[in-house]
Amino acid sequence: MRKQLIAAAIGAGVALASPAVFAQQDLNFDEYRAMLEDGNPAELYEMEGEELWKTARGPKNATLEQCDLGLGPGVVQGAAAQLPRYFADADKVQDLETRLMYCMEKQQGIDPAEIVNGKFLQGERRQMAALVAYVVGQSKGEKIAVDLSHPKMKEMYALGEQAFYYRTGAMDFACSSCHSQDGKRIRATQLPNITKPEGAAAGWGSWPAYRVSNSQFWTMQHRLWDCFRQQRTAEPIFASDVTIALSVFMAGKGNGAEAQWPGVKR
Amino acid sequence: MNSAFALRSALLSAAIVGLAACGKKEEPAKVEAPAPAVQAPAPVADDLQPKVEEMMLASFKANGIASLDRQKQDAVQKACSSPTQPDAETMKRLEAAEMATIQWPSDGNYTGGDWKEGQKIAASGRGLTWTDKTPDNNGGGCYNCHAMDPNEVSEGTIGVSLEGYAKLRGTSEEVIKYTWGKLWNAKAYNACSDMPRNGYGGILTEAQIRHVMAYLFDPQSPVNQ
Ligand code: HEC
Ligand code: HEC
Repeated sequence: MRKQLIAAAIGAGVALASPAVFAQQDLNFDEYRAMLEDGNPAELYEMEGEELWKTARGPKNATLEQCDLGLGPGVVQGAAAQLPRYFADADKVQDLETRLMYCMEKQQGIDPAEIVNGKFLQGERRQMAALVAYVVGQSKGEKIAVDLSHPKMKEMYALGEQAFYYRTGAMDFACSSCHSQDGKRIRATQLPNITKPEGAAAGWGSWPAYRVSNSQFWTMQHRLWDCFRQQRTAEPIFASDVTIALSVFMAGKGNGAEAQWPGVKR
Repeated sequence: MNSAFALRSALLSAAIVGLAACGKKEEPAKVEAPAPAVQAPAPVADDLQPKVEEMMLASFKANGIASLDRQKQDAVQKACSSPTQPDAETMKRLEAAEMATIQWPSDGNYTGGDWKEGQKIAASGRGLTWTDKTPDNNGGGCYNCHAMDPNEVSEGTIGVSLEGYAKLRGTSEEVIKYTWGKLWNAKAYNACSDMPRNGYGGILTEAQIRHVMAYLFDPQSPVNQ
C-alpha cells in the first residue's frame, strides 16, 4: 500500500512537472483531487507521525504521549481544529507547530533552536511535519473551532488582520494583494478570498497538505513562508509572531467551517 | 461609465503633467504634507500600529538579497495597508509624489524594443525573492495578473485584460506615455494599485520596460493579433 501510494504520487509529480501540462491539469484540479481522495499520499506522513508520537526520542528519551495540545495531556482527537489557542503554561498563543515544538522541548529535551533555525523538509522540522500530519489527521471532518475570547487571542487576531493588509517589500504586496477578492487567479491558480469566512476556511482548513507538483508534504508554517517569499519580503522566522498572528486571523475568520486536513494540492 | 472615462482622461493629463515636470523634481516638494496626514481607517485600535510595525520587523530575518529594509514601509505602502483606501486628497498627494519618480525615456524611444524579449519578460514571474541570486534580470510577472496574448490560457485575473492592447486603445502619444508611466510606477495613477512599481522599484530596467512596451504596442506582437 505504501509503495503504491508513493508510485502514484511520483507519477502525478512527473505529469504535472511539464509546464504545458501543468496549466491544463491545474484548471481541472478538482477532478484530479477527487481522483486522489481515496489515496492522499499525506497518509504516509500521518502513519509516520503516529509512530513518532509514540517513540521515545531526544535527550530525555521520552515520547510525546503526555503532550497537551489543548484538550488535556495525550488528547489528539479534535485538537487541531481548536488551534491556535492561548496556553497558560507557555503564556503564549501557539499554533500546532509551535505547540509541538514546546512539547518536544519540555518532554523530550529537543532544542527548539534546532527547529527554528533548521530547514523545511529536513531534520527536526521534517519530523515535526510528520507529527503535524498525524495530529490534523485526528481532526478530519471537524469544524474549525478556535476560541478567540482570551485577550491574547484577541490581540493576535487583530495583529494578524493588520499583517494581512501590511504592504511591504520589493513589489508592495500584502497578503491582501492576492487574497482579498473573489474568484481571482495568479496564472491558472485559484486564490481564496481570505477576507471572507468561506475563503479563510478554505485557505486555513486545507493546509497542511501534500503537494503533488513536488511530492512534498507542507505544513501551514511552510505555506506561509512560501507566500512571504512570493510577496518578496525578508524571510519570516519559523513560529514567529507574524506567522501565529496570521494563523489566528485565518482560523478565527474560518471558524465553524469543516476542515479538509490534510489537503492535497497542486 | 462616464466617470470612468473622466477618470481615465484625468489620469492621462496627469501623465502629461508628470512628463512636463520631469527632470525638475520640484513637484513633490511643493506638495505640503498636512499634519494629520494618513489616518489609517483600520478597524483596530491605534495603539496596535506600533506593535504591528515592530512585529513586521522582528518576525523576519535577512536572507540573501531580501534584506530587513524590505520590512519598512514607504509612504504609499503605509497609506494603502488597510481594507479601505485613503481619502481622495491623500490619494492625489501620494500619486503626485509617485508621478515625479517616473523616468521617461531620455531619447524619446518608448516602444522600439523587441516584442519577443517583452514576451519573455511578461511571462517570467522570477526575481527578487530570497532565493534569487542577483537583483538584475527579473521578470515582470505580467501574466500572473493580466491576460495579454489571447492564445495564452494560463493567465491571472488580478489585473484587467490587456489583450489587443494597442488595437483597442490605439497608439496615440497619450496612450503610449500613460502606458510607459504605468509600467514605471503604477502608483502614480492609482496610489493603492495592486500592480508593482516596475521601474521605480528596480524590478525592471528601462530597456526591459521598452521591450514590454513593444509587446503591448507592436502590431506584430501576439497581443495585437
Ligand atoms: C504574490 C501573490 C501572493 C501573495 C502576496 C500571498 N499569496 Fe498566499 N497564495 C498565493 C498563491 C499563488 C497560492 C496558491 C499556491 C499553490 O496552490 O501552490 C497561495 C495560497 C495560499 C494559501 C492556501 C490556500 C489554499 O486554498 O490552498 C493560504 C492560506 C495563503 N496563500 C495565505 C497567504 C497569506 C497569509 C499571505 C500573506 C503573508 C499570502 N498568502 C500572500 C499567492 C500569494
Ligand atoms: C500583482 C498584480 C499585477 C502585476 C504583476 C502587473 N499588473 Fe498591471 N495592473 C494590475 C492591476 C490591478 C491593474 C488595474 C488597477 C490599477 O492599477 O489601477 C493594472 C493595470 C495595468 C495597466 C493599465 C490598464 C488600463 O486599462 O489602464 C497596464 C498597461 C498594465 N497593468 C500592464 C502591466 C504589465 C505590462 C505588467 C508586467 C510588466 C503588469 N501590468 C504587472 C495588476 C498587476
